[in-house]
Amino acid sequence: MCPVCMGLPGTLPVLNKKVVEYAIKAGLALNCSIASFSKFDRKNYYYPDLPKNYQISQFDLPIAEKGYLDIEVNGKKKRIGITRIHMEEDAGKLVHQGTIMTTPYSLVDYNRSGVPLIEIVSEPDIRSPEEAKAYLEKLKAIIQYTGISDCKMQEGSLRCDANVSVRPVGEKKFGTKTEIKNMNSFKALQKALEYEINRQIEVLESREKVVQETRTWDESKGITISMRSKEESHDYRYFPDPDLVPLVIDEKWVEDLRQSLPELPDAKRARFVSELGLPEYDAMVLTLTKEMADFFEETLEFYPNAKNISNWMMGDLSRLLNAHQLDISECPIKPKQLARLLLLIDEGMISGKIAKTVLEEMIESGKDPDVIVKDKGLVQISDESEISRVVDEVLMENPKSVEDYKKGKTKAMGFLVGQVMKKTKGKANPKLVNKLLMEKLNS
Amino acid sequence: MIGEREVEYIANLSKLKLDEREKEMYAEQLNKILQYAKKLQNLNTDNIEPTAHVLPVKNVFRDDVVGQHMPNDRAISNAPDFEGNYIKVSKISS
Repeated sequence: MCPVCMGLPGTLPVLNKKVVEYAIKAGLALNCSIASFSKFDRKNYYYPDLPKNYQISQFDLPIAEKGYLDIEVNGKKKRIGITRIHMEEDAGKLVHQGTIMTTPYSLVDYNRSGVPLIEIVSEPDIRSPEEAKAYLEKLKAIIQYTGISDCKMQEGSLRCDANVSVRPVGEKKFGTKTEIKNMNSFKALQKALEYEINRQIEVLESREKVVQETRTWDESKGITISMRSKEESHDYRYFPDPDLVPLVIDEKWVEDLRQSLPELPDAKRARFVSELGLPEYDAMVLTLTKEMADFFEETLEFYPNAKNISNWMMGDLSRLLNAHQLDISECPIKPKQLARLLLLIDEGMISGKIAKTVLEEMIESGKDPDVIVKDKGLVQISDESEISRVVDEVLMENPKSVEDYKKGKTKAMGFLVGQVMKKTKGKANPKLVNKLLMEKLNS
Repeated sequence: MIGEREVEYIANLSKLKLDEREKEMYAEQLNKILQYAKKLQNLNTDNIEPTAHVLPVKNVFRDDVVGQHMPNDRAISNAPDFEGNYIKVSKISS
């Protein structure tokens, strides 16, 4: 803690240069125009999260304005406008017992007050909770790529408030809005918006008026609750902060920062299609989050077949991560290990079916695929004479299926393949099994 | 003109409780300030840029370096009440 961090009266701020650079980078990544002249203002309010009673923010001359990002919901592309990006200082964190409305007292942690942040304001272009989620996901991915923030909602390094209003079909003007706070996850965002939209519709349908106010999302109850009427507290009496001098940003500075930007999600997605030959859908899913794209690209360093990696990541790996309630960033399987597993399949060491079992084991133990294959004796049987012996056995034991097949019931073939696989505990090379069965049945 | 209602509104924003005599006094003082500001509004400012800062200084930065910090216990030692590393305050929303 330091006096600046505690937001005490008399605190004297000094602007960290990196903050300005990060804010400009965010602006560029979100297609904004960067202000050549920008300044800081005081936003005056009384609340225990900031003892000095004003927050240093930007009012009329924000660092970046008029940008956009593109989202995709149910296969439909949509552009969401970015109104502005401004820099401000964070306030203290309030901790309540239960909710802010019911807690007997509150605890304040001033550690983060005075810490710089950027606020990104979007245009009223979002029409559904799904679009809101897609917007925030895309925003998160872009910001993560720029390296400005790790964007962990649970840790507060990505936070969001949402303005919600409803209007009758055909109405051009927006209805009265409410501001929803305290949504700490993507799931919470979607649930809170769904709840609030329905609440406002009910208010209007019972011929009452929506009150403009701030509401807090109560996660445990799954409802939004009125915090305070906004009409009075909204008068923040902004004025220029005399403790900070204005910013003059020249073109060269902006250009240098533009050059330093990494490949952003949209560009990456396009490259996955054009260079790696992935289908549009795969490229979209793989670039949805930075974690996913990083995992994919790292795997690609050790294994050349992009589509194969994509299939496994979007299929079995995602399914297993979901089942274990893990995020890809917490995946016990390293990209190099996934690459090795795919190589084992290509080399004919294990079958694709066995590989699924190995992958399950990998996610549980984090062991290398080679170790699992060796320990469990999962090496694929590609010895023709050995498989031939098993095929003969199966044909002997299943005369009815053989007869069915010869009568033209081709389905019987699948059953016989299954029997061979069962006898070999799934280790027989499926191609060889098929080949040998065909030969023997048709001879 | 600032009347009693405006004074009450500003007092409310500033979390101040004023008695009748004070409201009258502040109304008078605030009106005097506004009258003075009106005088300034008579000036022709057509070709004058808005002032963002009184000094002709721009781009004052510090480097992104971690500095020395006050220990937690000292930082909260002046707080009227605390719990753990938190400062304890009365209920915020009613």
